[in-house]
Amino acid sequence: MAETTDEAALRSARPARPVRDGVALGLAVGTSGLAFGAAAVASGLSVAQACVLSLVGYTGASQFALAGVVAGGGNLAAGTAGAILLGSRNGLYGLRLTGLLRARGPARLLAALGVTDESTAMALAQPDRAAARTAFWATFASLYLTWNAATLAGAVGAGHLGSAGTAGLDVVGPAAFLALLWPRLREGAAERGVALVGAAIAVAATPFCPPGIPVILAAVAALGAAALPGAAGGAAR
Amino acid sequence: MTASWVAVLATAAGCYLLKLAGLTVPQRILAHPRAQRFASLVPVALLAALIAVDAVGRGQSLGLDLGRLAGLAAAAAALLLRAPFLVVIIVAAGTAAALQAAGLG
Repeated sequence: MAETTDEAALRSARPARPVRDGVALGLAVGTSGLAFGAAAVASGLSVAQACVLSLVGYTGASQFALAGVVAGGGNLAAGTAGAILLGSRNGLYGLRLTGLLRARGPARLLAALGVTDESTAMALAQPDRAAARTAFWATFASLYLTWNAATLAGAVGAGHLGSAGTAGLDVVGPAAFLALLWPRLREGAAERGVALVGAAIAVAATPFCPPGIPVILAAVAALGAAALPGAAGGAAR
Repeated sequence: MTASWVAVLATAAGCYLLKLAGLTVPQRILAHPRAQRFASLVPVALLAALIAVDAVGRGQSLGLDLGRLAGLAAAAAALLLRAPFLVVIIVAAGTAAALQAAGLG
């Protein structure tokens, strides 16, 4: 080894954390794939459909949203559009990650699959680019494997639930949305306003539109807030 | 192919392509602050709408479902206590299931 003990100590002290933290986060969050698999099958999707959503879509909120529209017998085209729109933040995450990952060709195609709330947060929390890259791939691998195994287990197990279990699954989607929304509500008054107006628009539109459409209409709340004078300043953070 | 398969494949492909687009498009296209602000607020509006419609909607009619509301309230309480994601889900589902088992759902 040509490197000095100092360099070796620095390197061994640092790189251990992105892997350990990423794997731990993936295992913890991935387990909720159980809830998605069970809720998807309870909503009327097949085991194979639940698994395809987790394998290729791999976006929790969008997956729960589509399952909810299927369960409600809603307009599938609107439900699909709403689910994809809900995943639009992942495009923004990609913009922030591209300089860190520097992935090209097949590696970029694979990295794209791994862009989620969790892998992005873990990568951006690292002190340098090498650690960010390690954290991204570690979180991706751990979360992807856990989420998909849990989806399959939940989907297969859903058939063995009674009416109480089904009632429980009914609330899994909304509870997951609330848990995802919660930290955003703490960010500021603009977020809370957008949430309130978005919810009001959707509820007001429900009696007049096929299921799925009211949720898309709620995006108007975000459009309005972004168009307000001075509102754009918040994006710099 | 059934309609639900079309919806599943379109959602899966759409979610993936959005991620790939983020890693592929030139940075300046989405660099406008208002565009970034909009994209960051869209999930807030949509998540709130999904929760609201799930809580008080049944297809195209409005109505209260005791089990769901109790489950959501339990989830909110767990979030206030800073419970981890999976615990929030389990508390919400357990509350709704218990109400149903007690004949109140």
